[in-house]
Amino acid sequence: MSISQYCYCCMGIIKRELFRFFKQRSRLLSALVRPLLWLIVFAAGFRAALGISIMEPYGTYITYQEYIVPGLCCMIVLFNGMQSSLSMVYDREMGSMKVLLMSPLPMPFLLCCKLIAIAFLSLMQVYIFLLFTQFVDVEIMWLSYLTAAPAIFIIAFFLGSLGLLLSSLIKQLENFAGVMNFVIFPMFFLSSALYPLWKMKEASMWLYTICQYNPFTYCVELLRFALFGQFNITAFSVVIAVTAIVSTAALLNFRPKFKSKG
Amino acid sequence: MSIEIKNLSFAYKNKQALDNVNLSLATGFNVLLGPNGAGKSTLFALLTGLYQTKQSTININGFDLFLDKAKIMSQMGVVFQQSTLDLDLSVKQNLLYFASLHGISPKKALLNIETILSQLSLTERLNDPVRTLNGGHRRRVEIARALIHQPKVLLLDEASVGLDMDSRLLIISYVRNLCQQLNICVLWATHLMDEVEPDDQLIVLHQGKVQAQALCNDLCEQYASNDVYQLYFTLTKNTEAV
Repeated sequence: MSISQYCYCCMGIIKRELFRFFKQRSRLLSALVRPLLWLIVFAAGFRAALGISIMEPYGTYITYQEYIVPGLCCMIVLFNGMQSSLSMVYDREMGSMKVLLMSPLPMPFLLCCKLIAIAFLSLMQVYIFLLFTQFVDVEIMWLSYLTAAPAIFIIAFFLGSLGLLLSSLIKQLENFAGVMNFVIFPMFFLSSALYPLWKMKEASMWLYTICQYNPFTYCVELLRFALFGQFNITAFSVVIAVTAIVSTAALLNFRPKFKSKG
Repeated sequence: MSIEIKNLSFAYKNKQALDNVNLSLATGFNVLLGPNGAGKSTLFALLTGLYQTKQSTININGFDLFLDKAKIMSQMGVVFQQSTLDLDLSVKQNLLYFASLHGISPKKALLNIETILSQLSLTERLNDPVRTLNGGHRRRVEIARALIHQPKVLLLDEASVGLDMDSRLLIISYVRNLCQQLNICVLWATHLMDEVEPDDQLIVLHQGKVQAQALCNDLCEQYASNDVYQLYFTLTKNTEAV
């Protein structure tokens, strides 16, 4: 197989994900409505209750809306990664997974292409969301779109890998509700997406410790710094490390298994 | 030989699906005849590498399935019993996606798609979503998809089941013609005996075992049967399967 054949394959997988995404208009709508509700309704209510002190990377006091934007961007990426895992379970149940498994190209390459496609979709959704944030007085510099792109891409790759790993473990489509309760919500709420960790520390030391070990916290911080044109080396290192572990586990789990006694 | 299978056994937990299957298939139209549950789909899953098993040899076009899976997959077209099309996408998008998985450029793929779809009288449905197609048309799209990369081996698992007579005749005659024109190896799995012709290479699979393999005419002669129906009952001794 030549490099051009690998490229055609990768483009084909990305195109398919895009076609599917745009066919499912409700998916785009819900991807935007969910974080916008948090930003417009939830953040407006909590704005007065939760004062945010000066903290890195911000050089001055910020509004609560401004604080939760990176967390909500990561929420979009998290849901997109899990939605993609749902589509893999759907593909397996509907039989279209066989088409992917019949490709002469190596399975790890095909899954990497799938992850790249997921990352592209996440990036696109986050950009659309960021455009909407301008209407609630959250200022995002145009340069931030550029500096945030690599961070969003890495985070999406990590959460997409997590989605792939989960989809290889989920036997039926109905089990996806469990993913919501046991993966998405704990990951999101036990992170710095909605409140700074020092606030959590004041409330509960053990919850703070869990938040510190939650890789999603580092995703949020990586993006927070990137949107501010800065680079958080700790967050970057953690996200890269967990991405390597989770994606390797996902790729290994997708290998055909020996099922026979013979 | 295009397909060589030696000592192939496979079990699902407590059920033996295939029991020491040995087969040699040459180019031409080969019919795998067996009732539901005979092990046909399991055999297909093993031939396509979806299932794997130890202590057996599967050789396709001179390549070992476990060592050279990529080479085999690039020469193999498959139509599975269960539809594997993406209902949300159009016929064209489905076919282009499959072509890309085989590393074929969109330009070349479109040329192949146009040729195959015109042969299958489906050109006008190119941009239609698969969801809007009837069962016969969906089957034709799956056959078209299996041919895009010009395979040397074509496997079809119950490709005509559930279709009306016209669609069945169209599909089976198309595959038979294709087999002659391109000189490829076709393995056509079915439980419908009227799809077997006297000159076909016939393999009768029953309860996971190969009961017989030879030209249909020769088998009828060997087992003193007037037709394939009688031959089938003689070999399987199972009148319930009529």
